[in-house]
Amino acid sequence: MNKTARGSLLGIEHLEEKEILGLLKLARRMNPLKARPLLRNKRVVLLFYEASTRTRSSFEIAAKSMSAITTLVQASGSSIEKGESLLDTGYTLRAMGADAIVIRHPAAGAPHLMAQHLDIPIINAGDGMHEHPSQALLDAFTILKHKKSFKGLQVAIIGDIYHSRVARSACHLLTKLGVRVTLCGPPEFMPEVAATLAPGLHLSRHAEEAVRGADVIMLLRVQKERLAGQEIGLQDYIAHYQLTPARLKLARRDAIVMHPGPIIRGLELTSEVADGPQSVIVDEVHNGVPTRMAILAQALGTAR
Amino acid sequence: MSAKSQSREAASLLIKGGHVIDPAAKINAPMDVLLRDGRVAEVAPPNKVRGSADEEFDARGLIVAPGFIDLHVHLREPGQSYKETIASGTAAAAVGGFTSVCTMPNTAPVVDTADWVAWLRHPERGAVVNVFPIAAATSRSRGATLTDFAALQRAGAVAVTDDGKPILDDEVMRAALRLGAELNLPVVQHAEDTRLTAHCSMHEGPTSFRLGLRGMSAAAEANIVDRDVTLAQQIRESRLHVAHLSTSDALKAVRRGKRAKARVTCEVTPHHFTLLDEDVGEYNTNFKMNPPLRSATDREAILVALADGTVDAIATDHAPHATHEKEVEFERAAFGITGLETALALAITKLHREHKIPLARIVELFTAGPARVFDLRSRGSLARGNFADVTIFDPKKRWTFEAAKSRSLSHNTPFDGWQFTGKVVATIVSGRVVYRAE
Repeated sequence: MNKTARGSLLGIEHLEEKEILGLLKLARRMNPLKARPLLRNKRVVLLFYEASTRTRSSFEIAAKSMSAITTLVQASGSSIEKGESLLDTGYTLRAMGADAIVIRHPAAGAPHLMAQHLDIPIINAGDGMHEHPSQALLDAFTILKHKKSFKGLQVAIIGDIYHSRVARSACHLLTKLGVRVTLCGPPEFMPEVAATLAPGLHLSRHAEEAVRGADVIMLLRVQKERLAGQEIGLQDYIAHYQLTPARLKLARRDAIVMHPGPIIRGLELTSEVADGPQSVIVDEVHNGVPTRMAILAQALGTAR
Repeated sequence: MSAKSQSREAASLLIKGGHVIDPAAKINAPMDVLLRDGRVAEVAPPNKVRGSADEEFDARGLIVAPGFIDLHVHLREPGQSYKETIASGTAAAAVGGFTSVCTMPNTAPVVDTADWVAWLRHPERGAVVNVFPIAAATSRSRGATLTDFAALQRAGAVAVTDDGKPILDDEVMRAALRLGAELNLPVVQHAEDTRLTAHCSMHEGPTSFRLGLRGMSAAAEANIVDRDVTLAQQIRESRLHVAHLSTSDALKAVRRGKRAKARVTCEVTPHHFTLLDEDVGEYNTNFKMNPPLRSATDREAILVALADGTVDAIATDHAPHATHEKEVEFERAAFGITGLETALALAITKLHREHKIPLARIVELFTAGPARVFDLRSRGSLARGNFADVTIFDPKKRWTFEAAKSRSLSHNTPFDGWQFTGKVVATIVSGRVVYRAE
């Protein structure tokens, strides 16, 4: 196997604590409204094989605010539709002078394949059920804005853990920083094997247990179609796992509620919780831009 | 391959000074072997062979064994000659010490007629070792309508299977075993409950969870083996062979059948006794095959079963694929790896040296074991009068496998650059040296 291209961000799993903290520190110094042109003359390609609103636009805004030239390539309306392989698309973009590729792909490991064959940084913007590192970093950034430090924090992650790249990246990141993480969901969404993902993970089948005493509650989107044919029905899920004001009261008084979006009101959480004072869901979106600025500047070696 | 030995048709060859391991004949001693007119003429203690020979082979320090038999190879013809041909695949087999290979029917088209079976065996295919076709058990291997087993058998098929896919339907499997019983023809099952493995690309466990890949459960294999063994017990004289067995629970079912004296056999691949699911690393597609690499518990159970006799044969499941079918997203990559040239080396390095399984047992798994599974008459042993198929190997030779130098048309192997102990020195088919190491 070829060596992974330098500067790539493929996932959180193989990052060290100090690399994570370094990125977060850099993100704090980033201001999209008063950004230095760190990426002047750099070409950043946004290669999106899956639909995305916030990740794609926030990477684009992040890159442009640092004066990069950006191009969006989507599966529909490109050679990808004609059957071009992932690697050939990568080679083509490289030949056009791409300095970095931000890739979102439905297949786990697609960014790794690119990084093994191209000599430019590859940034994973979500690969299948595997990882979504920029989301984990912006969530950590958000947590740090509301909490003094990560040490000793209790975080509950509730929902469809199995299908979630957000959950996998969050588990790696938070456990590396000394956070006590409890995963919560029904067996269909949280198999026992989930506990092996990172050292020190806890599992709970009861939302009340997971939420009690938590500093942070992270909710995951539940896709209705994934509940189809499962033992647990939609109403069951809502009854047992929805974050309601009553359940939220079990958490610490200053607990924050997070969600990577898009949220489904009335499913994983109620409107009262989504719009309540403890919700930082909109803040997360906001923080996506400086976090992704840091990721891009770091990847392209222009961060100082 | 030495051009000299190939061009010269020695009518007789004396293999002198070697150590013969022939488990079927219960021989494990220094012996000389005389081959004449394509048959084994004599096996006798050193310097005691009475007949004379046109040519001699110096086998000092080497093991002389019956020719190896691989029950499970994909040589990709007809239809997929960009991956492999019968000529290239059998050349790789010869390098690996195999004198006979059994070809799987999941080609394009599927080998489901007597004509295709005959086509596979035709001299124009350019095979350098014996080719024994396994034909499709159902029309186009669609799992619905049985093929004409009798006609396929007459054309030379040694077994039937829908390999690549299971025979899923209970009634179809029952009918296949029944018809097989009438003809004394083994039914080979690719045991995978495909209702449980849609979109899966590796074994279900911590590694698949970590990588975000959908995993095939061990139960998806074991459930089918369990059902098949039950059917084999119910149907008198039926013969069930479990292909590429990979899980501990499937072994339990096979043991149950064997204890009940059902005619149940199984094979295991070198990659399943060597590698684990976690070796997939960061999406390395040369570690993607079906059945997938399993857990440490499964591998441990396989090692025990190889040693204690439950497993009948080591088979490679040699599955060549072109680079463009492997250098893609893991989930999209083709299942399968090449294996003909590394099988013996893995068996000696892993089973013999690491796990202390005797060489005689390993030779049995490559010879007498597989010969029994498909009733390959006059093969798998060096008994006088048998075909002069011989594999000569050096169990102590250290070497490094280089995929780029493989004789296979494809290089999709996880063992590129591996250091091995144990190497094939010569492969003899019907008295003719078809491969000789440089």
